[in-house]
Amino acid sequence: MGGWSLSHVGDSAVVLEFEQTLDPLVNARAMAVGGAVRRAGQRGVQDVLEGFCSVTVVFKPLETDLTELISTLQREADVQARAIVGGREIALPVCYGGSFGPDLGAVASFGSCSEQEVIRTHSASVYRVYMLGFMPGFSYMATVDSRIAMPRRVEPRVRVPAGSVGIAGMQTGLYPLEAPGGWQLIGRCPIKVFDIENPNPCLLRVGDSVRFRAITEEEYLQLG
Amino acid sequence: MIVVLRPGFFSTVQDDGRWGYQRLGVQVAGPMDRVSHRLANLIVGNCSSCATLEVTLRGPTLKFEYDTIFVVTGAEFELFLDSVGVAMNTAQVARSGSCLSFGERRSGARSYIGIAGGIDVKPVLGSRSTHVASRMGGVDGRALKTGDRLPVGGDVIRSVRSGPKWEVGAEVAKEGTRVRVILGRDHKRFGLEGVARFESSRYQVKRDSDRMGYRLSGRSLKATSAGFDFSSAVVTGAIQIPPSGQPIILMVDHQTTGGYPSIGHVITADLPIVAQLAPESWIEFENCDRASALTALIKQERGLMVDQ
Repeated sequence: MGGWSLSHVGDSAVVLEFEQTLDPLVNARAMAVGGAVRRAGQRGVQDVLEGFCSVTVVFKPLETDLTELISTLQREADVQARAIVGGREIALPVCYGGSFGPDLGAVASFGSCSEQEVIRTHSASVYRVYMLGFMPGFSYMATVDSRIAMPRRVEPRVRVPAGSVGIAGMQTGLYPLEAPGGWQLIGRCPIKVFDIENPNPCLLRVGDSVRFRAITEEEYLQLG
Repeated sequence: MIVVLRPGFFSTVQDDGRWGYQRLGVQVAGPMDRVSHRLANLIVGNCSSCATLEVTLRGPTLKFEYDTIFVVTGAEFELFLDSVGVAMNTAQVARSGSCLSFGERRSGARSYIGIAGGIDVKPVLGSRSTHVASRMGGVDGRALKTGDRLPVGGDVIRSVRSGPKWEVGAEVAKEGTRVRVILGRDHKRFGLEGVARFESSRYQVKRDSDRMGYRLSGRSLKATSAGFDFSSAVVTGAIQIPPSGQPIILMVDHQTTGGYPSIGHVITADLPIVAQLAPESWIEFENCDRASALTALIKQERGLMVDQ
């Protein structure tokens, strides 16, 4: 297992970074450290954010014992043997192509294959949720098969509809709400993945294993 | 109730922000100028977590349907209560049926209307703050519209203070300002020359600056590649350098994660000053260490301790 580094972020945050890599083990370490900081419930700590291979802690500068916070981070970061916390297995239905996936053709051209082949490839993999961010409930999942790992659009769309499933390089993700966005859109999911009425508003959690299941437009309408 | 007769340019309900959910991607929001927001609550006797109205560039017209006490802090506007001029930063008694209206803006960009009891819209994930992009909090997750009716909390008024004029109020009057920055871990990617260029340049606040970010124009900066372009957490005050080379200061509505390198971070004490810069103001940056940043914040907090 690799090392880590701790840096200040302005006067109100610190970030602990592991090796910069797309690795479930590194991501699990970041999750474990984040969980420990949250459980410690230290005064002044406002937010703990786990990334692909980092943990950022935002705090109130005048109310936080920074020495204590840093020692918690260092102690937890040094725990080398982290089991990959078993996330749940979640299947998400997706209606691929057509008006739901306006970039499916472009991804097929990128991969020099048919649209059917893109759908088969995308729905054949199991993806780990590495991070939630950007907007409420947006999940960054990986790893997309390199054949269809098309980079982001050069010109982001002003409006991406809620439920859109997209690809950005090796990442795939799902837009919970309508938002501007640059990912290549290949389909749409009828399931609501973020609901503020729910005490646990987010369907997906970091560490979950997600598989996409291709559905027809009729099924999409029934599920929505 | 308070009735919105005219909404102003962009008026939103804000409390201290929606903290604790950024790991789910939920943005914090909250007041752009934390100091003026707190001062508004302090003057009308509210607790610091009460919601105020944040007013941007052009003020609203509000009708009070009951007797209450209010105050306006932050950006300096001409104020009228039923066409009689009233002072800012001072508690005012409003009788049932009276109207508060805003005239000319003299300085700054954002004012805060504090009302005794606080604006009592339904909290979402523990906060009343409006975040427009994710349609959360405030009034239906949006800026105020004509005809909106705002409920007010029934908390007992503890005491009403006539507020001191906020020290940073003087800064607001200028056409621009210098702000202090702590260089970030990415700053080496801009080289010594890049950092020197950043610290010696004057930037202009662009028109499309908003609660998500202040977009600046001026001399461009280029970062070397990091070789790893996955997004990670970002914080308010981060000065991000996108491929265009034109800096963006992330403000309170910023998304929780981002992929651009940050050359540095505006210190917490200076964020309210940035929030009061109107479009086309100038801004310059100077390097600061963490100890000085904390000293500046302590000084600012002391200024907010009234009669205590």
